[in-house]
Amino acid sequence: MSTVSRALEARTRRMGKQTLRFRLTPAVVAAAAVVGPKEGQGPLGEYFDIIKQDDLLGEKSWERAESRMMAEACRVALRKAGAALGDVDYLIAGDLLNQITSSSFVARELKLPFLGLFGACSTLAEGMAVGAMMLDAGYARAVLVAVSSHHCTAERQYRYPTEFATQPPPTAQWTVTAAGAILMATKGDGPAVTLATVGRIVDAGIKDPLNLGAAMAPAAAATIRQHFEDTGRRPDDYDLIVTGDLANVGKEIAAELLSREGMELEDRLFDCGSSIYDPSQGVEAGASGCGCSAAVFTGYLMHGLLTGRYRRLLLTCTGALFSPTTYQQGETIPGIAHAIALETQDAPGQ
Amino acid sequence: MEGAEARATRELIRRATPQRPVVFNGLRAFLVGGVICGVGQIFLRLYRGQGLPLREAATATSGTMILIGALLTGLGVYDRIGRQGGMGAFLPITGFANAIVSPAMEFKREGFILGVGARMFTVAGPVIVYATAVSVAVGAILWLLGRAG
Amino acid sequence: MDFALAFLVGGALCLAAQLVLDLTRVTPAHVMVLFVSLGAVASGAGLYEPLVKLGGAGAIVPLPAFGHALVDGIVREVGRTGPLGLLTGGFDAVALGLTVAVVSALLAAAIFNPRG
Repeated sequence: MSTVSRALEARTRRMGKQTLRFRLTPAVVAAAAVVGPKEGQGPLGEYFDIIKQDDLLGEKSWERAESRMMAEACRVALRKAGAALGDVDYLIAGDLLNQITSSSFVARELKLPFLGLFGACSTLAEGMAVGAMMLDAGYARAVLVAVSSHHCTAERQYRYPTEFATQPPPTAQWTVTAAGAILMATKGDGPAVTLATVGRIVDAGIKDPLNLGAAMAPAAAATIRQHFEDTGRRPDDYDLIVTGDLANVGKEIAAELLSREGMELEDRLFDCGSSIYDPSQGVEAGASGCGCSAAVFTGYLMHGLLTGRYRRLLLTCTGALFSPTTYQQGETIPGIAHAIALETQDAPGQ
Repeated sequence: MEGAEARATRELIRRATPQRPVVFNGLRAFLVGGVICGVGQIFLRLYRGQGLPLREAATATSGTMILIGALLTGLGVYDRIGRQGGMGAFLPITGFANAIVSPAMEFKREGFILGVGARMFTVAGPVIVYATAVSVAVGAILWLLGRAG
Repeated sequence: MDFALAFLVGGALCLAAQLVLDLTRVTPAHVMVLFVSLGAVASGAGLYEPLVKLGGAGAIVPLPAFGHALVDGIVREVGRTGPLGLLTGGFDAVALGLTVAVVSALLAAAIFNPRG
């Protein structure tokens, strides 16, 4: 590399090919999770801020219920931070529905400047990366990142009517009914966002929309590997390497792919999709959906960061970027993963 | 992805992907399907006992089973039977009723014309289309062979 | 005895459908189309009527019976009215089932909400 490009790299806050380094280290000031009943009954139930008693929330459609969960998550995050809507410069949000309407309806309600994202189930990390860039560049002082998914809205859009008598194969994943919101700011206490590795699409040639974990696992492995190559960090620099919603099948594939690259993660690898439900809850391979990594991060993992259980973790959210049209036309499913490094104040120095 | 690495990844995915429990699923389908047909037999006997000939009794039995499938779908029970029974719940005409009733209920929120009316046949439509086409073809062949009528 | 035969014949048809689903990995809709078409072909070959005689509801309740009913209706109507029966006999035979399905679906949509 030439001296010029080396100097440019230092100035442009880039590390290696795909990683961004944030100098002002935006903090996650507050995070909130609003979940449905099934998620509340799962093993992580105690970590969520609000557990709804039914999937419809008294609304007239699942779609309205999903939007309401996202709006509530935003309000709870603000309340926990002692902030008001007026303190937020931008809402960065996404979900799984066509034209991300769950998010834009929340933006309509909150009346915030709004950037909508679609990264399927990777949207949380994508939103945090975009938010951190805006904060680090001085374009914002506080941003709200919100994502949601709902089992029933996803079923009726991507698969079958909810009352359809279908038998899921063992690779199927249950879409999480949950919304998560994160308030990020350049001033304020909370775990810092220090690095973001923006993923490339990796297409493993999977065509089966009921085997998304396998479709996303190679993308997760590629982004994690790239993160370590770009930053010079090693897996044991992190207390936990989190993947979004690979579930049991995808997690095993990702672990094996990383092991082939010489990275034995073992207990350090944690998958939100394998953790939010108990196997007895009838979810086949595990969970999926934007709300999966969102609820597990804003609830369980944030709790771990705030209580000192984790001092540094890598949050790698994974997405399958397909639609009913593309799989019916026989196209393969592109996978993507974005990674965010989160560190507490007392994390060991580099 | 290309080349040897892509092949190795594909091989890993193939190995890590759990196989469907073919024997267990088959057994469940056999039992659930058998029981549903056993219920059908109750009605077939009933209608035969009323003096209906076999063909008419069969039609009446189908209609009754469709009603039962529609009701169980409406009550939110049939999707659970399907989760266990697979094709054992879906192949019987009660499953055909489920395929019509479940989208009708699901898309009610998009209105009775473009929701219920238009979506009712999303899954059952293909069945009716190809059943009609194949039966006309079979009938035409039988007619040409002089075996119809 | 007739219950046992209905159970066995119906169960066997469902088992066959499940095997096709699990071994070929097509969707349930594909299996339904395949089996209803097979029912029509088997009916034309004169194989389905004996199965109904043997299995009763075991052959009447599974979907291949829909294909059989269409062919059976066509054959009878062709016998009665000539080749025009090819186009009228099928729906005539399945009119009751389709009407019950459509009307009960409308009623169910009016009365019930999906529970998710």
